[in-house]
Amino acid sequence: MRKNSIFARVYLSFILVILYIPIFYLIYFSFSSGKNMNKFGQFTLSHYQDLFQDNRLLAIFLETILLALLSSLIATIVGTFGALAITMVKKKAQKNTLLALNNVLMVSPDVIIGASFLIFFTALGFGLNFGSVLLSHIAFSIPIVVLMVLPRLNEMDFSLIDAARDLGASGYQVFSNVMIPTMLPGIAAGMFMALTYSLDDFAVTFFVTGNGFSTLSVEIYSRARQGIDLEINALSTVMFLFVLVLVIIYYFLTKRRVKKGKRMIGGLIK
Amino acid sequence: MKKIIWSTISILLACILLGYGAVKLNKPTTQTKRQNLIIYNWGDYLDPKLIKEFENKTGYHVVYETFDSNEAMYTKIKQGGTAYDLTIPSEYMVSKMKKANLVEPIDTKKISNFKYIDSNFLHQSFDPDNKYSIPYFWGTLGIVYNDKFVKKGSITNWNDLWKKQYHNKILLVDSARDIMGMSLASMGYSMNTTNSLRLHLAQTKLDGLGDNIKAIISDEMKMYMTQNEAAIGVTWSGEAHEMMENNSHLYYVVPNPSSNLWIDNFVIPKTAKNKKAAYEFINFMLEPKNAARNAEYVGYATPNWAAKKLLPKKVQNNKGFYPPDSTIKGLQVYRDLGSKVTQEYNDLFLEFKMYAH
Amino acid sequence: MNNKKARAFFMIPYLTWIILFVILPILLILWYSLTDSNNHFTLNNFVTFFRNGTFLRMMLNSFWYAFLITLVTLLVSYPAAYFLTKVKNQQIWLLLIILPTWINLLLKAYAFIGILGNNGLVNKFLQLFGIGPVNILFTDFAFMFVATYIEIPFMILPIYNAIKEINPAVIQASEDLGASKWQTFRYVLWPLSWPGVESGIQAIFIPSLSLFMLTRLIGGNRVITLGTAIEEYFMTTMNWNMGATIGVVLIVLMIIVMLVTGRRQKRKKVNL
Repeated sequence: MRKNSIFARVYLSFILVILYIPIFYLIYFSFSSGKNMNKFGQFTLSHYQDLFQDNRLLAIFLETILLALLSSLIATIVGTFGALAITMVKKKAQKNTLLALNNVLMVSPDVIIGASFLIFFTALGFGLNFGSVLLSHIAFSIPIVVLMVLPRLNEMDFSLIDAARDLGASGYQVFSNVMIPTMLPGIAAGMFMALTYSLDDFAVTFFVTGNGFSTLSVEIYSRARQGIDLEINALSTVMFLFVLVLVIIYYFLTKRRVKKGKRMIGGLIK
Repeated sequence: MKKIIWSTISILLACILLGYGAVKLNKPTTQTKRQNLIIYNWGDYLDPKLIKEFENKTGYHVVYETFDSNEAMYTKIKQGGTAYDLTIPSEYMVSKMKKANLVEPIDTKKISNFKYIDSNFLHQSFDPDNKYSIPYFWGTLGIVYNDKFVKKGSITNWNDLWKKQYHNKILLVDSARDIMGMSLASMGYSMNTTNSLRLHLAQTKLDGLGDNIKAIISDEMKMYMTQNEAAIGVTWSGEAHEMMENNSHLYYVVPNPSSNLWIDNFVIPKTAKNKKAAYEFINFMLEPKNAARNAEYVGYATPNWAAKKLLPKKVQNNKGFYPPDSTIKGLQVYRDLGSKVTQEYNDLFLEFKMYAH
Repeated sequence: MNNKKARAFFMIPYLTWIILFVILPILLILWYSLTDSNNHFTLNNFVTFFRNGTFLRMMLNSFWYAFLITLVTLLVSYPAAYFLTKVKNQQIWLLLIILPTWINLLLKAYAFIGILGNNGLVNKFLQLFGIGPVNILFTDFAFMFVATYIEIPFMILPIYNAIKEINPAVIQASEDLGASKWQTFRYVLWPLSWPGVESGIQAIFIPSLSLFMLTRLIGGNRVITLGTAIEEYFMTTMNWNMGATIGVVLIVLMIIVMLVTGRRQKRKKVNL
């Protein structure tokens, strides 16, 4: 067993090295004075200076986060409502239809989602701008929220609701005191997933953006096509640190909360 | 429940803050409400300093947006919901936009600097009376090569690209019209061919180039050629100019038997909301001093004869970029071939790309 | 009573979403695939698709690449997921594996342009062994490698979760009964971890079918997938009708795949 464990660690380390090489490669060259990623020139912070003076890129950075927050918030609300609505539907056939429709966007390739939304906005005469991107992000985030909240509702103990009712609680009180707490972990997980979807999306945004609105992914794509620009490397370093801090915070937050061997991050991603 | 309401409120607050920050960053200078001029242009196709100067001089706020193909630009403008005041399509796209009723007529009398445009580039078939378009830059399609890998002077004809020795060495620009056109030109056919048989022949000939092709890319070519990553590139003159500035091993040729002459033009699309600013901007850019500076920045050839005179002698006499009139006469300007034939070009090119292994 | 009102209250926004962003787009894409540029009804797009060998070949190509990407990812990830369940400090290992997925995909692709180039890291490394610059960028290998790289974490996680749920006593029992390592794997571990493998495959196969930005940046447009084609038809050549047709075919294929596997999907992948 011992030997196995060493081999296991070697293999995992190997995977980790591969996973991190590109990121550290970018970070390494963000400090190089050269113009490309071929040779390390001298140590310099000038690319960071450029980055913090590049108002367009910074604005895009903020807008990307704004978009992610706003879209995941709205998606979470609509998605939670959706999950509640689905549990309230009693007929099996109706329920399955709703679930099937819910999953359509989950299984469609992004290119198709992007293309069909582009057609959709065009058909409605809806302008391509922040609004169209926001609507699209909300749209493709809703199903994951539903899928995250639904199992919580299915596990819910309905006798609790009845008990609350018997105690004379109003509909709203039942909702806020019984249902919300049960759903909360699912809602949080759903919002988290929606946030990741939005931050990471490239293809859908690429199709439905316009009028000067751009997200980081789309902007990096167009810059990468114009050639290597070490300012992008500097941006990657900043983003990596940002994510690292978030992850560390997340880790300690959940570590406190983990009970009875509940899966934490792994559970979120499944 | 309280928790949820509070977190919702804090997220909304964060959103407002972010939005405020983004708006602030987008319009950092003056706080006064200024009129926008939205320019929709190719990436890196205008000296940003000139935009600043224009802003300072006129008080407009210029929003500069970019596209990477005529078609993408056309889609966005046709799709509506955009408010571009000025855009810069190539010649065949001008006639296409004209046909689709997407451009506003331009009154050249209102543009005092119009007189500086070389008559070589006026009254072309795509807009015979220059009623809708004003030339911005012009150039050719050609071959740029690196003398580290290719003997200087050994490439003069399109057909040279098919030689076996260039195995996996060639980068092609990702443009159906240009690459199909290159193949057509190499066989002596017109680059505006509508004959289906000839188009298929051109595609077959391209398939034969397959093994020599390293990649089919667009803007990235600049980077790869500059870094000696590839030996040969098929691209436009201005792109080549920029590569050569950064790598002295590169040379540009306009190959025999013929090649493409293209003209990019100012056009005011139907979506324009601020035509007055667009006129002012065109006039500003046609000012010989500004046109010359822009030409030096962008690296393409200016159709502005007065501006050309202001350029360094070395540039003026460079035959790759300002070919003699005799060469210009042999070059072909693209015509709009209608959607059906254009589609055939695109389909054949896509097919070629798929088999280009 | 109250319940009905509540249901309507919850149902309305959700149904609006379904109608606007699920049903309507599908109908529109179907409409585009069944019309020509003048809005006349036609089946020509589909005829072209199935007559013209190009599209069929493109489809096969996409499936082949998606299959290879999924397979390689699985081969690399399964052992990793298995070992993950065996080491100490699993949460930290997991975090380290998830972390890169939060770095924007485009940034990673962009890094690979530098790494795989003629003067990049890989070639510098090879030069240590006296192997001259090898062309790596713009090859099928590069495309496959980067695609696999991006998908690995998304395969490791579901498999890890599935293996984690297996009762160790079952494995123990199998070993006690004298089963060889291979037998234990083949008859116990693999079937029990299958749900994880399945959701991993689903999370990777579908997006891999429609990659279009990697084919361009890393594959140099020499690998054309259905995704690239749809993107070209929509954004470059503006033949939305043909683009929609390819989309419809792709949707139908997905439905078939789903019916064949016969299980409900669990999650979409985050990336392209």
